[in-house]
Amino acid sequence: MKSTIHQGRIWVILDEEGKLIADIDTDQIYHNAFLHITELSEMGQYAMGNLEGWKDFAQKARSGDIIVAGRNFGAGSSRQQAVDCFISLKIRCILAPSFGAIYFRNAINSGFPLLRGPQLEELVAQKGLETGDLVEIDFRKSSGRNITKNIIFQFNPMSQVQCDIFMAGGLFDYGKTIK
Amino acid sequence: MVKNYKREYGDEPVADPDRTFFTFDLCAPASSLKYADNQQICRIFARKQNIRVFDVDRGIGSHVLMEEDLAESNSTVVGTDSHMNILGAIGCFGQGMGDVDISFAFKTGKTWFEIPETVRILLRGEYSWPSSAKDLTLFLLKKLGTEKVALKAVEFYGQPAERLSLSGRITLCSMVTEMAGIIGFVPEFKRSLVEEIGHFSGSKFSPLKPDKDCVYTDEIEIDLDGLPPQVAAPFSPTNVFSVSELRGVRIDSGFIGSCTNGRTEDFEEAYRILKGRKVKEDIMLKIVPATKRVYTELLEKGIIEGLFRSGAIISSPGCGGCAEGMVGLTGEGEVQISTGNRNFVGKQGKGKTYLASPAVVAASCAAGQIASPEDL
Repeated sequence: MKSTIHQGRIWVILDEEGKLIADIDTDQIYHNAFLHITELSEMGQYAMGNLEGWKDFAQKARSGDIIVAGRNFGAGSSRQQAVDCFISLKIRCILAPSFGAIYFRNAINSGFPLLRGPQLEELVAQKGLETGDLVEIDFRKSSGRNITKNIIFQFNPMSQVQCDIFMAGGLFDYGKTIK
Repeated sequence: MVKNYKREYGDEPVADPDRTFFTFDLCAPASSLKYADNQQICRIFARKQNIRVFDVDRGIGSHVLMEEDLAESNSTVVGTDSHMNILGAIGCFGQGMGDVDISFAFKTGKTWFEIPETVRILLRGEYSWPSSAKDLTLFLLKKLGTEKVALKAVEFYGQPAERLSLSGRITLCSMVTEMAGIIGFVPEFKRSLVEEIGHFSGSKFSPLKPDKDCVYTDEIEIDLDGLPPQVAAPFSPTNVFSVSELRGVRIDSGFIGSCTNGRTEDFEEAYRILKGRKVKEDIMLKIVPATKRVYTELLEKGIIEGLFRSGAIISSPGCGGCAEGMVGLTGEGEVQISTGNRNFVGKQGKGKTYLASPAVVAASCAAGQIASPEDL
């Protein structure tokens, strides 16, 4: 069972023009040159290692941080490391308008919350979410609050099975609760 | 995967060894110590668990499953390959997954799905050689981007879809992944194709039919009339142009293969272009058959020899030039034209990758620049 409310500092993944980067694929998140790595502790250093402008993310990120990313985050391959590298860095969750289908599964299965917020693009465009802001996420209510700027926002609720898997702490732990 | 399994379940048996397999295709044979170790860990696990291994000689897992009649119409197959939805070509729901998902499926025989909504895409118009299934697919990527069918199932209708051969359907269904979709089906099968697939897999093929009361959340019509060859420019499979818009871009290397364009028909097409011609002297063309069966067919037809004599490098079967691991990478400044499905930044190295059909890649390698077969 995971704690259902979290406060953390956000990283808003913007391009040079200050727009949320869409379609960040798993090779930008975790390059295929490091697919042979199976130790969680070794994965964090490669997180975002191939994303222009964000290659030093692993050095900057701190435990408990939250990522705000663009549409279709995690497009591409089925590699679990593209999720695990953030768990390795102790990133707490990722917020984006939408996620790649397999990426979303992989995260749910690892008990790592991804929250889908279609209005995030607009919120970021209006500077309602900026890197460094302190944000509180209520996973159970699928809601967020920017404490720094005092703005409240909502996410799409998770489906029942996803919620159950997340609350159990991941697919393996969920498996112990079913026959 | 094995590490997850052992940590969670120790030496407990998998749910059903007869429906559980290992395939090694990304880095086959292993070209790094880590891959060699990982593959051997899988082999030892498989021996203990009585699981069949399609080893490094066999080629791309999803293709092997079709050839071996292990993926069937109206069934569900899961595996650690984001192009497992290729199996949509034979009416099978293929879903790529990460290794947590797969460890769980190994042990329990179960998995979870959010049932996707379905979009109906009606294709119209006629196009002719040198345009192919890949050009149709790239054009759809241009029109649909990563938004129109994101997280949806897709059904393709209309003459251009119905006319597609099995390998053409593989090409189309594989790149539903790049459209951010879940799975693609071409529900209409001519009798000759039903027979061809039956012959291919060695058992009677019964096409999957949509439910009579099925609901489509969106219907999209796309006109393909007179479609010219298409090329996806770096760094997105949706960044698509007609070949004439990119004609003359200098290239350094070419790759023909991948789960998207690695069937016998694809290499026959490439050979049709290269027969009696040479790969331009300073161009490196890499050929990677999808599977051992494809390799065998190409050997028997003399195409391996033909392509080799035209100047191509021939690799053993597998995923080949789509990722690091088999037949080299692109260096900084290198421009590659590939029949693969992804050209994301850094995916195949520091160079730039253009995506195209086997005919356009072959023609470009002969010309030394992006070219249509008609330009030669």
